[in-house]
Amino acid sequence: MSHLLREHAPITDTGWKLLDDEARERLTPALAARKLIDFSGPHGWDHSATNLGRIDEVGDAPGEGVAASQRRVLGLVELRAHFAISRAELDDADRGAQDVDLATLDAAARRVAIAENTSVFHGLGSAGIKGVAELSPHEVINLGEDCEVYPRHVAKSVDTLREAGVGGPYGLALSPEGHTHVLETAEHGGYPLMQHLQEILGGPIVWAPGVNGGVVVSLRGGDFLFDSGEDLSIGYENHDADSVQLYLEESFSFRVATPEASVALPS
Amino acid sequence: MGFDQYHEPASDLPEEARTFARICANLIEEAEAIDWYEQRLAIEREPDARAIMLDAEGEEFKHFSMNLEYLFRQLPLWREIAQGILFTEGDIVQHGEESEEEATEDEAAKGAPLAGSESLGIGGLRGGAS
Repeated sequence: MSHLLREHAPITDTGWKLLDDEARERLTPALAARKLIDFSGPHGWDHSATNLGRIDEVGDAPGEGVAASQRRVLGLVELRAHFAISRAELDDADRGAQDVDLATLDAAARRVAIAENTSVFHGLGSAGIKGVAELSPHEVINLGEDCEVYPRHVAKSVDTLREAGVGGPYGLALSPEGHTHVLETAEHGGYPLMQHLQEILGGPIVWAPGVNGGVVVSLRGGDFLFDSGEDLSIGYENHDADSVQLYLEESFSFRVATPEASVALPS
Repeated sequence: MGFDQYHEPASDLPEEARTFARICANLIEEAEAIDWYEQRLAIEREPDARAIMLDAEGEEFKHFSMNLEYLFRQLPLWREIAQGILFTEGDIVQHGEESEEEATEDEAAKGAPLAGSESLGIGGLRGGAS
């Protein structure tokens, strides 16, 4: 049995499948960072740190004529989003109900996806994670609300990356508000703005809840490194007569290998 | 042109899944070709005709192997299980059972999304839908 303790939950195989399928369906569209960065793993729950390949000097020499240094690592962060599911709803699912109320799971999936996206793009300082946007050394381009000028901003970002020697293709993580504006907009002549931006980037525009404005990144690989310990899973906490307390969980670290491979476009 | 290799609507499948399906179809066709050459060789006695068929069959061996290697590269677990079975001596079934057990235990230790695994199996999404 793993630490998720799923076998202890009063949930049938049908119920677990329902929950896992729903979580996967809700998470996959929202996990924007994973669509743009390099994903390594999952390496398992017992994977605790990412090797940074660097050392720190140890002040106290352990013996005469002996130098000491210590490996530097980045500890993995554990994200956990709790939610409760009604046992009556799970019973109905076993009877074949198609309209089971899983709103609490959906909300937890959204919270954890936003937390992951925010950590990757804007950092999680208390855990030593620096975000893509905050590390970019390039001049910030204010995205603004007027999406008529988005092509100009995106083209300038791509030019900036090219001038810095960062090859493409490029992708754009865009806040839900910005994404909606882009989808709704056709430029002069009726040409869809989404298509125009994708042509400039040579890569995707990703719906990215948790992102402030937008971030243009290179997709050439090797620049943004997500190290997964345990990939997103549902675990069991406890239950009573009415509901089952569960959680969505993952462990990961994230580091930026090439800060100049992104341009931040805050709103 | 047929699209029988798809069991799900092709429009719902990501590009990688469609490529995987095409290579699987290639593999099946190469195996069939090897089977046909073996049957023809079993009854053909004319030396030049046999030489041509043996030469052609060698091409199918190569094509089959290249397709198989491509598929292994897409599915590391498949590759790992195959490594315990291919090019061995002795009991094939026993090698298969042992290799599967070892490989799945290794994968489970890494939290990989196997059948029966508890992870949602989402992993990296590069190349997926925007």
